[in-house]
Amino acid sequence: MIILNINGKEAQLDVSDDMPILWALRDVMHLTGTKFGCGMAQCGACTVHLDGQAIRSCITPIAAAVGKKITTIEDVQNDKVGQAVQAAWSEVDVVQCGYCQSGQIMAATALLTTNQKPTDADIDAAMSGNICRCGTYPRIRAAIHAAATKLA
Amino acid sequence: MTAPLNISRRTFIKASALVVGGLVIAFSIPQAKRFLLPGAAKETGSADEAKLPAPNAFLRIGTDNTITVMLAHSEMGQSIWTTLPMLIAEELDADWSKIKVEHASASPAYLHTAYGIQITGGSSTTWSEFDRYRQAGALTRQLLIGAAAEQLGVPAANLKTENGFVISDDTKISYGDLAEAAAKLETPKAVTLKDPKDWKVIGKATKRLDGPEKINGTAVFGQDIHFDGLMTAMVARSPVFGGSVKSFDASAAKQVKGVQQVVQVPTGVAVVADNYWAAKQGREALKVEWDLGPNASLDSKAMLEDFRSKAANPGLVAAQLGDSKTTLSKAEKLIEAEYVLPYLAHSPMEPLNCSVRIEKDACEIWTGTQMQTTDQQAAAKILGLKPEQVRIHTLFLGGGFGRRANPAADFVSEAVQVAKAAGVPVKTVWSREDDVQGGYYRPMYLHKAKIGLGADGFPTAWEQVTVGQSIMLGTPFEAFMIKDGVDATSVEGIADSPYLKKIPNYHVSLHTVKTGIPVLWWRSVGHSHSAFVMESLVDELAHSAKKDPLDYRRELLKGHPRHLAALNLAAEKAEWGKPLPKGVSRGIAVHESFGSFVAQVAEVSVDQGAVKVHRMVCAIDCGLAVNPDSLKAQMESSISFGLGAAMQSEITFKEGKVQQSNFHDYLVMRMSDMPKVEVHIVQSTEKMGGVGEPGLPPVAPAVTNAIFAATGKRIRQLPIGNQLA
Repeated sequence: MIILNINGKEAQLDVSDDMPILWALRDVMHLTGTKFGCGMAQCGACTVHLDGQAIRSCITPIAAAVGKKITTIEDVQNDKVGQAVQAAWSEVDVVQCGYCQSGQIMAATALLTTNQKPTDADIDAAMSGNICRCGTYPRIRAAIHAAATKLA
Repeated sequence: MTAPLNISRRTFIKASALVVGGLVIAFSIPQAKRFLLPGAAKETGSADEAKLPAPNAFLRIGTDNTITVMLAHSEMGQSIWTTLPMLIAEELDADWSKIKVEHASASPAYLHTAYGIQITGGSSTTWSEFDRYRQAGALTRQLLIGAAAEQLGVPAANLKTENGFVISDDTKISYGDLAEAAAKLETPKAVTLKDPKDWKVIGKATKRLDGPEKINGTAVFGQDIHFDGLMTAMVARSPVFGGSVKSFDASAAKQVKGVQQVVQVPTGVAVVADNYWAAKQGREALKVEWDLGPNASLDSKAMLEDFRSKAANPGLVAAQLGDSKTTLSKAEKLIEAEYVLPYLAHSPMEPLNCSVRIEKDACEIWTGTQMQTTDQQAAAKILGLKPEQVRIHTLFLGGGFGRRANPAADFVSEAVQVAKAAGVPVKTVWSREDDVQGGYYRPMYLHKAKIGLGADGFPTAWEQVTVGQSIMLGTPFEAFMIKDGVDATSVEGIADSPYLKKIPNYHVSLHTVKTGIPVLWWRSVGHSHSAFVMESLVDELAHSAKKDPLDYRRELLKGHPRHLAALNLAAEKAEWGKPLPKGVSRGIAVHESFGSFVAQVAEVSVDQGAVKVHRMVCAIDCGLAVNPDSLKAQMESSISFGLGAAMQSEITFKEGKVQQSNFHDYLVMRMSDMPKVEVHIVQSTEKMGGVGEPGLPPVAPAVTNAIFAATGKRIRQLPIGNQLA
């Protein structure tokens, strides 16, 4: 039995401790906002926060999350930065198919938490691990700048 | 006001009461039109209709004032979740905040108005539904006015509608309050649609209705389906296309915690488990001996040589005029070139998946699909059911790009086979590796062109041989898409090119190759290769004639006003001819596809072999732009998709196997490579075209033409990759 802290609540999971956080969230906890895209940390669709840091949950075993706080898209609106990011996403009307957007929002929230005024180069560096096949990149960039302005 | 439209001429519309109270507007199509598949269009009134609440509904108005719009097409990013409700809201004078949207079930009522099957593809949703959805809105409005007229005892002519209310001089009644009474009225035989000058919704940039749920993680994609008893399966498939299982040993797989069953299916061996992680580990532990079949020696280099040797001779004629051979022999100048484009995977962000529950005389399927009709038929055939006994729940598609519209119904059929063999409800999930290596690619093509120029620098004769696989061969579309051996999608954008219309002698031909590699339409289908070749060739001709590439196109495109409108707008907005910063060059391309005309100007620099695209200026004439913002989003999207492919993506084969496996070696566009994009819309009252695909074809040639302007090197093979290093 493994005890995890997910979105501020404790959960007991009866699975092997090498199970990636992604599948514990999706298949055990049925928190399906976090998405599976590649399974090898290449696309960022599975991005969640572990103690506030953006991590790829598809390659991070739950053993690594014991004693830490996991935050997912389902709870990010309770974070001031996360809320601003979601509002900016809405304002710019970023999404298309939407599948990668949970990961994009989690990555953008982590970026703006540590860097209040990211440049385009900062955005490239922080966001290039998150693939969007619909190509919402120009709007993601615009939304990150908009959120930064709102948070300033 | 426009003239009343007799609806029953084209579609049968029926109003009736909702079981739970309210009004439901339902359609059925007595006769499906071209592209009709066998068994695709049975009249409604079937068992399906008896069992389900209004299986052919397009619109429901609840007593709580909610207006639920049923989508006959699938939302996969292109924003029809918003565009189709806009059409209804316009005619209904609905309160936009009360609109809810649902995917329709698989039912004959939802057959494509032009294609005769339930499909989302060909960039056709908006134009093909423009009348039907507006009519549904107008008819509903008429019924609500009728109900209000009865209730108030005033003539209908004295009533108007606004923002969800019927309004008289001294009172107003909400649509919800009128819904039940409206349901009892006789359905009008004709409706009057608004004059375009009175539109309040159509043509206005409108935010996506699916935005909120896709921002907070609650949107439900096929992958997100869960119910008690649903197992997760992964299928071990042959490492070579066309291979089969010789034998397998499941003992180690069954030892994995969470693995419940290992079953053989026609496509391989399925590991059925409690969750994805267990299924994946189980599949890794599974030992399968494969008979690799006839394609075990597939090799991209050998295939290219084979294509090249075929191109040395003309193929089956796709278009021909005059005597190109003689004219070429006398040409002032001769340009010869070979162009090559690779196989490409669609790789939507959501890996393929499909959940299936089989019951006695019924089957339920949950998936993101672009082609419900063929999926329903395939599932029914496997299970010995009637199509209407198979209920398909379409969820949000995490990208489609053509991959989720497969006439072979591959991922749905396989999931049904797994659920049937396992005897439990199963969600079959593909890994990214399964997706990249799983086939149904954009085919590889080789083009050989020989063009003669006259003394004025313009072409006098054009010969082009195309070599590649046919997408339509072996599908239900073969009968009307392949004529005299020529698959129209292999030569679209070439055989019907406006450039050829200016030339007195041309010969376009096709060699259709069979390789054993499954192929499929990939965003913009044949135009994804033909535009690159045609727009590169025209650029080659312009430079050879020492003319400006824009002026040269303008001359050749005289008599093609929509091409010219897009071309001129893109050139104007990009300030064509104005000096750029040192090291940056421009390229231009224009192409018609899916009824729309798109021109793009790329600004590119090349530094020590590395290509950087700084800015893309795009202009489109698609006729009426119903939602200008989603149109812009589709242009941005096509530019990203097309650029990634042009710069880096390719699927190659060695010893029968696909050499790429995931996003580390099947390279796609990322944030750091994305240029600035500007989209400009030609104000147009011409015939409506599509927007999902037409933005893609000009991308690659605009970029490679800019590379030529920057370096003098002509890119004739995609992806660009390291060719300039």
